[in-house]
Amino acid sequence: MTESSVLLHDFPAPDSPIVGVLGIQGDIEKHLAALERLSVRGRRVLAPKDLEGLHGLILPGGESTTVSKGLVRFDLVKPIAEFAEAGGALLGTCAGAIMLSRAARNHPVPTLGLIDFETERNAYGTQRDSFVAPTDRESKPGWADMECIFIRAPRILSPGTDVEVLARVDGEPVLVRQDRRFACTFHPELTDDLRVHQALIESFSR
Amino acid sequence: MSKDTNGSGSNGNGAGRRGAEAFELKVGLAEMMKNGVIMDVTDAEQAKIAEDSGACAVMALERVPSDIRRDGGVARMSAVEMIEQIQKTVSIPVMAKVRIGHMQEARVLEAMGVDFIDESEVLTPADDEHHILKSDYRVPFVCGARNLGEALRRIAEGAAMIRTKGEAGSGNIVEAVRHLRSVIGEMRAIQAMPAEELMATAKNMGAPYELVLYVHENGKLPVPNFAAGGIATPPDAALCRSLGAEAVFVGSGIFKSEDPAARARAVVHANTHWQDPEEVLNACRGLGKAMEGIEMETLAENERLANRGW
Repeated sequence: MTESSVLLHDFPAPDSPIVGVLGIQGDIEKHLAALERLSVRGRRVLAPKDLEGLHGLILPGGESTTVSKGLVRFDLVKPIAEFAEAGGALLGTCAGAIMLSRAARNHPVPTLGLIDFETERNAYGTQRDSFVAPTDRESKPGWADMECIFIRAPRILSPGTDVEVLARVDGEPVLVRQDRRFACTFHPELTDDLRVHQALIESFSR
Repeated sequence: MSKDTNGSGSNGNGAGRRGAEAFELKVGLAEMMKNGVIMDVTDAEQAKIAEDSGACAVMALERVPSDIRRDGGVARMSAVEMIEQIQKTVSIPVMAKVRIGHMQEARVLEAMGVDFIDESEVLTPADDEHHILKSDYRVPFVCGARNLGEALRRIAEGAAMIRTKGEAGSGNIVEAVRHLRSVIGEMRAIQAMPAEELMATAKNMGAPYELVLYVHENGKLPVPNFAAGGIATPPDAALCRSLGAEAVFVGSGIFKSEDPAARARAVVHANTHWQDPEEVLNACRGLGKAMEGIEMETLAENERLANRGW
């Protein structure tokens, strides 16, 4: 008895929701660790069959060129679109946000076009222009004062009318939502603030 | 958008909170390269081939390690025009090498906006006692290591990524395997050790106590741990991943092979799917000839690049 209660405390329950993390390239393990902290089971997704039974899918940060090529090579473009169409929740962080956007400007790469906004890649410059900044007071209730890490980050451009801007830094959108689909240009998986992952999980738990 | 949290000038690891943020950003970029392949390139055309193959970054250098080994002479930081050309050509991060201890080559690359600096034993060392104080720069650094003590010394100096040294330009994976097993085996031993033995261990391996304590508590390095040196085939990349490397560097292995574009793509494929032998098998088809390899026994101690660094 003691042993099983320890297990239940330390690991997600066997019937807890499963969220996939696209496993092509990037900080996949950081997202899996964030899910574990929220008592949600994680699964690496590298083939269409890995999407079966998932409640949500995270597209992690990494190199958007590498990830974009992988999506095509591993035949994941259509299956992910169908997963989203069927109500699967999505979260794209940094390179993942570029993948979810309608189009990527500045060194264009093919995207999935699952959220109605465009991205500008490497919008702030090279690594020396990477920075940390808090979300501002123009953010939606509950989303202010979140420390955001921007690494060679993209910028969110022209969000459509169905897209809600949840958080801003210096007035610019950094976290957007369209129904169960989220995208952010920073890296919530690199901090202890789990609000973004929590919002993803709540979107399919309700 | 405000960037003042990032500090100004070149001293990115200043005191207090700002310093912590700077280190967070450096390790953050290293995190983004995990599960990827970083390729050595010597011109814009090769950089394009690397990017098209799915590489997550390129390492700009004048000559690949096997040519440095063959030609001899002093190997230095690459020409800035060549690096700038590569920066203009690709959108993935661009890394470049400086000589061990050459603080001013590093300042030049930092001023150019290079994304990551490799303080590398492949170039001829500029200082035979001291490495660069990497915490003093805004740009992140990667350094080579043969064992855990060396890795922790480099991290204490501010390195945001560690790679095995392997034996660069040899096309022989044996040294990378030795260094990976050494670093990861030592970490396992420290994790299992009673806490009172950590101080003597730190003393014996020449590493800071705080970092030995970190390894004891976490069972891993505080920065990403990649493999480099001698990777020439798709199964070489998969082998390094299965031994615990979080990503791989491929130097001479791509552009000294018969069909660089096909091999680059194959190494990326095997690196992504290293846990699936069927996919690694697929990556092995239609590659042409791999680079020539060198037996370690034929290399004299003073010809081994891995012995550089202290």
